[in-house]
Amino acid sequence: MVRLLGGGSARRPQHTARSRNRRPQQARAQPSGGDPPPTPAPAAAPMASSPQPAPPTGGDPAAPADPELPRLTVTQVEQMKVEARVADIYRVLFGAASNTKSIMLELWRDQHIEYLTHGLRHLGPAFHVLDANRPWLCYWMVHPLALLDEVLDDDLEDDIVDFLARCQDKDGGYGGGPGQLPHLATTYAAVNTLVTIGSERALSSINRDNLYKFMLRMKDESGAFRMHDGGEIDVRASYTAISVASLVNILDVELAKGVGDYIARCQTYEGGIAGEPHAEAHGGYTFCGLAALILLNEAEKLDLPCLIDWVAFRQGVECGFQGRTNKLVDGCYSFWQGAAIALTQKLVMIIDEQLKLSYSCKKPSGEDACGTSSSGCTSEKSSSAVDYAKFGYDFIQRSNQVGPLFHNIALQQYILLCAQVLEGGLRDKPGKNRDHYHSCYCLSGLSVSQYSATTDSDSCPLPQHVLGPYSNLLEPIHPLYNVVLDKYHTAYEFFSQE
Amino acid sequence: MEHAKSGPGSWPEMADVVPVPQDDGPSPVVPIAYRDDFREVMDYFRALYLAGERSPRALRLTAEAIEVNPGNYTVWHFRRLILEALDYDLLQEMNFVEKIAECNPKNYQIWHHKRWLAEKLGPDVANKEHEFTMKILALDAKNYHAWSHRQWVLQTLGGWESELQYCNQLLEEDIFNNSAWNQRYLVITRSPLLGGLMAMRDSEVHYTIEAILANPQNESPWRYLRGLYKGENNLLVADERISDVCLKVLKNDWSCVFALSLLLDLLRSGLQPSDELKATLEPIRNSNPEMADADLATAVCCTLQKCDPLRVNYWSWYKTTLSSQIS
Repeated sequence: MVRLLGGGSARRPQHTARSRNRRPQQARAQPSGGDPPPTPAPAAAPMASSPQPAPPTGGDPAAPADPELPRLTVTQVEQMKVEARVADIYRVLFGAASNTKSIMLELWRDQHIEYLTHGLRHLGPAFHVLDANRPWLCYWMVHPLALLDEVLDDDLEDDIVDFLARCQDKDGGYGGGPGQLPHLATTYAAVNTLVTIGSERALSSINRDNLYKFMLRMKDESGAFRMHDGGEIDVRASYTAISVASLVNILDVELAKGVGDYIARCQTYEGGIAGEPHAEAHGGYTFCGLAALILLNEAEKLDLPCLIDWVAFRQGVECGFQGRTNKLVDGCYSFWQGAAIALTQKLVMIIDEQLKLSYSCKKPSGEDACGTSSSGCTSEKSSSAVDYAKFGYDFIQRSNQVGPLFHNIALQQYILLCAQVLEGGLRDKPGKNRDHYHSCYCLSGLSVSQYSATTDSDSCPLPQHVLGPYSNLLEPIHPLYNVVLDKYHTAYEFFSQE
Repeated sequence: MEHAKSGPGSWPEMADVVPVPQDDGPSPVVPIAYRDDFREVMDYFRALYLAGERSPRALRLTAEAIEVNPGNYTVWHFRRLILEALDYDLLQEMNFVEKIAECNPKNYQIWHHKRWLAEKLGPDVANKEHEFTMKILALDAKNYHAWSHRQWVLQTLGGWESELQYCNQLLEEDIFNNSAWNQRYLVITRSPLLGGLMAMRDSEVHYTIEAILANPQNESPWRYLRGLYKGENNLLVADERISDVCLKVLKNDWSCVFALSLLLDLLRSGLQPSDELKATLEPIRNSNPEMADADLATAVCCTLQKCDPLRVNYWSWYKTTLSSQIS
């Protein structure tokens, strides 16, 4: 339990009395942040007591800041509201007797299983906004259920395989629903779902030859990928393509060419990675970019010390992660940021090398050390003999060369206390509704933080690294793909023989 | 958009079209309980999409389908094919997409469509695009899609003239707006009108230091300051204003994490601490007997371990990299 942080002993932003900003600002509501598609609101907010910052339309016309604090900016006001809510929750925890604490810190497995299982068979009309994301819905339910070690019944598994087969395009890749254009992100969701199901029927339903052709068609001349025919190019597209290709063992030089250089160009002056060159460093893209580069064995193209510093600073007084500098905490970044920084625990060799270079020539390594052009160490690797599937496999065999670089216990505290919803499911932050996206990524982040202090991939975490009762322990994942580790191994075996 | 959606049978112009229901199979998963109007629009859409009908009525139908779900990228894609086939007025299309964007400002498809249109329309629309993103950013100054679009327009179509001033304005409204700092970095490094980072660095360092001194707990300008010397640690160390700002802030608040962490980077990169700096850090050292003999960087790192408990693991690791540097 992290006592230092909650209950108002806020260390970070402290956007309070010290501010000397000029103009009073209106407290304007920001529509909910993050990457996910708009979230339907199927459940009532369980903590809908305190005033919620205005409807998403952004109206809230005349809500002048508290007269006591007249000079706060929008960022400060929003931050303070969240800090206050979180502090209320932690205050209860710190004041509780120890057996009550233990109950408070419990993962409500049964409720989450119930919520997720229900969604697989019943979604209300409000979900029509996710009608082009149905393989995502499958993944957001099936993956957290696997994290909870919940076995689906065979009929349901077969039905999921059948449904995803209907989303598979005849020319390769998966669309957002039956008959929709194939899209890299939904392809990632579909393939990860099938890998998580893991049956022979599931794995063999993926048409790998056509998938490969689809991916080649999505490749831009820059080396980066576009999401779909005529679609947008960004780091998400590159990650989903590389992750899927690696997982089903179709990654080759042709697909890999130029992607690493594109991603390296998206690392910003802050240290994190943006969606495209020059945009703002962002947790989702930072995970995507780093994971893709590791799968390509090109992680040295990033300035890793700088990246680690940026991610480490995204964990805030609420104990969870924010997605960008000076934005609000959000449970889904438990995975995007938490997994990104956990990945670097296995990259110590490269990091040491980069630090050495930056000391000796007083220049950060990154670009200068390795060259972002396709020269230097890149061309050496680009021989056709490269066994790309091995990079994902070898990575997970490697031990963690250092302990967690983030506060793994604090993160678990945020997820368990601020993100869990009593009726089941998890959410962005107190005051928000649960949804399947956040359930998936909060639980993925919980798993990552529980295992972040183990040294090798086979051992179980010590009780002191699992906050709450030890029964909170989830299944471990392969953090580059975000599928449960056992399922990954089954798929790896299966696709190695193909 | 002209259709009155009053239930089934309200589509006279589709009288000859056989709707195509979604093929969810006998035992669907993640089934959405679609409302009738949604299902009807999509059934007609599937029919025309499968038939590849690129007609005015198909264009109208895509507008309906977009209205019920602007996240359906297949519909947007088909709409682009129709627009091309019909040689449709793209300025009018821009009005259409802007109306949708105002209600759905966080949707990938809409912004991608807008980029596609702007690319076809060329530099003439640059300023109009800037006005639009400004409008969206006035509602949410950190909208990621709007910023990406704005950056793309600047770099592809131009319109840099007042961009630095726009950044100034946004930062004046909210100095914590990291998106505006990021935009500022783009302008400083990429604007063809300002001469690039080298030309701008000096005044930017000045601006940033002012921002830090006004709000030392604001992380954005601290990161921006380092960014101004990205890849040139030697120059970062050589610019005395950088260590000075750390010193000034630490004199007021010796536990300011951002100041300590920048100072640590400076020391690691070879900063020779001035007597004044040593004197300022003396109380830190004295508070910790085991640090008495440690080098300054290690002492700062130990301080960070204490006053930044959330990052205690990070600073512990950082300390090990310092000792390996010495050995």
